[in-house]
Amino acid sequence: MTYVKNRLRRTMMFVPGNNPAMVKDAGIYGADSIMLDLEDAVSLTEKDAARMLVFKAIKTVDFGGAEIVVRINGQDTPFYDQDVKAMVRAGVDVIRLPKTESAAMIKKLVADMEKAEEEYGIQKDSIGVMAAIESAKGVLNAPEIATATPLMMGLAVSGEDYTADMHTHRYPDGRELEFARNMVLQAARAADVYAFDTVFSNMNDTEGFYRETKYIYELGYDGKSLVNPRQIPMVNKVFNPTKEEIENALSVQNAIQEAKAKGSGVISMNGKMVDKPVVEKANRVIETAKASNLIDEEGNYIGE
Amino acid sequence: MEIKTVGVAGTLESSDIQIMISAGQNGIEVDLDSEVAKSYGDQIKKVITETLNKFGITNAKVKATDKGALDCVIAARTLAAAQRATETTDQPRLEVLQ
Repeated sequence: MTYVKNRLRRTMMFVPGNNPAMVKDAGIYGADSIMLDLEDAVSLTEKDAARMLVFKAIKTVDFGGAEIVVRINGQDTPFYDQDVKAMVRAGVDVIRLPKTESAAMIKKLVADMEKAEEEYGIQKDSIGVMAAIESAKGVLNAPEIATATPLMMGLAVSGEDYTADMHTHRYPDGRELEFARNMVLQAARAADVYAFDTVFSNMNDTEGFYRETKYIYELGYDGKSLVNPRQIPMVNKVFNPTKEEIENALSVQNAIQEAKAKGSGVISMNGKMVDKPVVEKANRVIETAKASNLIDEEGNYIGE
Repeated sequence: MEIKTVGVAGTLESSDIQIMISAGQNGIEVDLDSEVAKSYGDQIKKVITETLNKFGITNAKVKATDKGALDCVIAARTLAAAQRATETTDQPRLEVLQ
């Protein structure tokens, strides 16, 4: 496996790293990214065993083409060094650093990864990194964290730890997370990396889940962290482009092809000029539509 | 590798296997408890024995309680138990799993 900077990442499903049943089945639910967890989901006495299980699983289990992210233990723990070495050796796609508060922490991670890559003969820069932002300090430093390394894949807001740090807790309306969500998203966009929203853990509140997912989608988030595979189709539903959006995107692509065929540098559609942001948005829409089987190989709409 | 203590790893949950390793004298002796022992018992014992041999343990008593673990889980749990039994968890020997 090798890290790919740009890909579809609507859903990032958390899987406890010491649970063989959940690890072996993680690939069957269609999550875009799977995050195997060595941190909070693993008790202190099982860190060694979980690391071995995750290592072996990455080498052998078929995760159905999902991107494999591993959340290692923090730099203030005695498990961090061995976690980094093991995941570099395993050839994971992305290493996620919890409790990231500064660019220096990301630079340390990248330096430690490089050392391990050299030691075990792994190709340099073949593994991406992502930062979990879980504190007030992390939120304020999000811009420097996002630009700390060219290997940065994205930033994720972690609501539980952040709200605790802010002397509050999570409320259904999410207003306590407003600043963090916007700050992290701005930092991610400015650095051209991905942005992931926090988990929504009340599985019984379907309406609340849809409300929150729609909200972060409208803000511009790339995806959402999930704790339950049942939430995957729900997120995809919110992130799926509408028929009109798909048809418009297809027209944009046709206009590009026509312009190319004519050798024209200027792309126009319905008499209006199509500029770069429009093209990029159209490409994103088509990519998502393809992943969700809303269009066929030839680009015909086949959704409901 | 010298076995210094009883090393246990894995749980009794579905798809897992619990491995308990203690000192022995007569090669790798595996006492296996598994609902699929009839069909997969030999394979499970083979994975345990091979993993221990690769790690450098040639004499040990192993009590294995299988709950339908895949080979990759059996190998990972065996290594974890072996490192605990030899008190070497601070030096993970991941090459054993490769």
